[in-house]
Amino acid sequence: MATQPSAPRKTDIGPPHYEQFLHPVIKKNYGQWKYHEYLKPGVMVHVAESGDKIYSIRVGSPRLISVDVIRLFADLADKYCDGFLRFTSRNNVEFLTDKEKSIEPLIKDVEAQGYPVGGTGNAISNIIHTQGWVHCHSAATDVSGLVKATMDELYEYFVDMKLPYKLKLAAACCLNMCGAVHCSDIAILGIHRRPPKIKDEQVSRVCEIPTTVSSCPTAAIRPTTVEGKQTVKVDEDRCMFCANCYTVCPAMPIADALNDGVSLWVGGKVSNARSEPMFTKLAHPFLPNNPPRCRRVDRADWLAEVL
Amino acid sequence: MADHKLRETPLLDDLQKGPWPSFVTDMKKIAERKPMVNDLLGQLELSYKERVGHWKHGGLVGVIGYGGGVIGRYSDSPDKFPDVAHFHTVRVNQPSGWFYTSQALRDLCDIWEAHGSGMTNMHGSTGDCVFLGTTSEELEPIFAKLTEKGWDLGGSGSDVRTPSCCNAMARCEYACYDAMDVCYNITMEYQDELHRPAFPYKWKFKFAGCPNDCVASIARSDLSVIGTWRDDIRIDQAAVKAYADTGMDIRADVTRKCPTACMRYDGKEIHINNRQCNRCMHCINAMPKALRPGKDTGATILIGGKAPIIEGALLSSVLVPFMKMDKDDDYQEFKDLMERIWEFWDEHGVNRERIGECIERVGLGNFLEAIEVDPQPEHVKHPRTNPYIFYEEYFEDDGTG
Repeated sequence: MATQPSAPRKTDIGPPHYEQFLHPVIKKNYGQWKYHEYLKPGVMVHVAESGDKIYSIRVGSPRLISVDVIRLFADLADKYCDGFLRFTSRNNVEFLTDKEKSIEPLIKDVEAQGYPVGGTGNAISNIIHTQGWVHCHSAATDVSGLVKATMDELYEYFVDMKLPYKLKLAAACCLNMCGAVHCSDIAILGIHRRPPKIKDEQVSRVCEIPTTVSSCPTAAIRPTTVEGKQTVKVDEDRCMFCANCYTVCPAMPIADALNDGVSLWVGGKVSNARSEPMFTKLAHPFLPNNPPRCRRVDRADWLAEVL
Repeated sequence: MADHKLRETPLLDDLQKGPWPSFVTDMKKIAERKPMVNDLLGQLELSYKERVGHWKHGGLVGVIGYGGGVIGRYSDSPDKFPDVAHFHTVRVNQPSGWFYTSQALRDLCDIWEAHGSGMTNMHGSTGDCVFLGTTSEELEPIFAKLTEKGWDLGGSGSDVRTPSCCNAMARCEYACYDAMDVCYNITMEYQDELHRPAFPYKWKFKFAGCPNDCVASIARSDLSVIGTWRDDIRIDQAAVKAYADTGMDIRADVTRKCPTACMRYDGKEIHINNRQCNRCMHCINAMPKALRPGKDTGATILIGGKAPIIEGALLSSVLVPFMKMDKDDDYQEFKDLMERIWEFWDEHGVNRERIGECIERVGLGNFLEAIEVDPQPEHVKHPRTNPYIFYEEYFEDDGTG
């Protein structure tokens, strides 16, 4: 148990107010922006009613980053952008400056440090993704590696604007989909394909049986007794491998090294532009996990099948 | 140099190649001074070899007085990887729009360097700045240092999850309301609901400034607030001409893609029948210098979005077609609505059932009646297709013939 600190304890203070983090040009023109343009891949200018301009330089990031990388971004922001930067909803970094002459030196420096500039307009704007084997108990695959392998292949579509339109990609390591996988243009989704294995001797100790039974969307789980101990059984023909039971009952592990893998989905969107938002649709039901690069056994580039 | 032996990671090493920045290279560097990251790499390598994860379920860990904000995480192989035997996640509530200064980021890095693995997610799917990997003993010191620098924890479990928003009025001409201010205001208003889980299940808020919905609020939040307008699209005909002069095919790329066919281009000017416009944003996205949202702006409030577990994915659907989102009123109209919804959910929701599933179960009509929102045409996708109608009013023979 943690010990009570001696200083007066602050709680419920909420996040810092955003205003202290805004570039002076942004603060001055807040709510008064007129239009924006892409100057080149990864570089946008927003022009205010006042004529003021703010330049945004978008840089790809793996999302899973150390304090060293964050400090590198902070140093670059100090050097070229008076210390102002932001992160995007797709895990990119945006350096913000009102000085047009800072753009090219910043890009040169960012690229020299191994980070790509791009992700704007008719491009891939980085892959939204989840924790995978790096930090999640229910992951059917590792998404950090999958995203790295995928972005290596699709790099040219991040640093250029040569696609017909925006392309939003997402990867999630299980059906919980901690990311907008179900509404992305292309999605990679980790899947289980076998029913949970029940550890009968543990169920009554670590699980609440009624909660476990009611967690099943297909009513495949029933209470039972094995060797005098209360446990559950699964009607395997009814199981659809959603893993919701495992979420509420750790004694029902569902991960299966031989059978877990990924499925591929296409055609979702969240924007209302032209047509209403829609879900992704299944394109490919199963590719086996094959780390680190997740290439198929035949070594063909599996992404080429999708694009 | 490290005073611990660095893990061999032949499979992960392959991910150091290629043009995209490598998380493996980053982790290997920090593993030299952080035994925790060294063991994280070791365990991840084992997962790559065995093709299966090695984390156990979360346990109940946290800071004093909060029920959320920290996710317990334990290795299932602590004998092999003792430095990640305990590897908890700390969610730090991000600033609206994910704007930072270099100093603010350094403050966060210094705290995390001193008390955790040094690995982060910038950012988590819900929006938080996520600190990955620490032990229970470090939680109170982390919390004390965070609050001293003006930061607080985000949500987890069955509570208000950390609200998030797009960069809206800070850097976007499409913003129809001040999404960053609303996000901050609502986060502050519901600190108790955010830090102390008391709901049937999680509740996610997302605030998008316009129907482009860059934060995917319609797909990823239980309560989606999406900017819109009621008056006419503003047209700058000189700018239309300038686009035409650059060679843009305005008919092909703009007017003919209008989903309601409410606009036409006569070769010189664009004409819009605004009564037919459904404010989808396509034309404005295509020519931002020439077309802009109207001036009578506000937001549409939608409810029920979620991912597939358990009853299938849902997109949020319209609850209030237009709300002004009035800053001077401290967004009271919005807060009153939230409290009526939560009162209903508290009474009718069941454990681990999202509000969208709850509404499907009880029926939209009953839900609307309970939260005192009148049924409106905008609630209906299309009229009913079955004839089983409940008639509340009918004629009775009063004997007068």
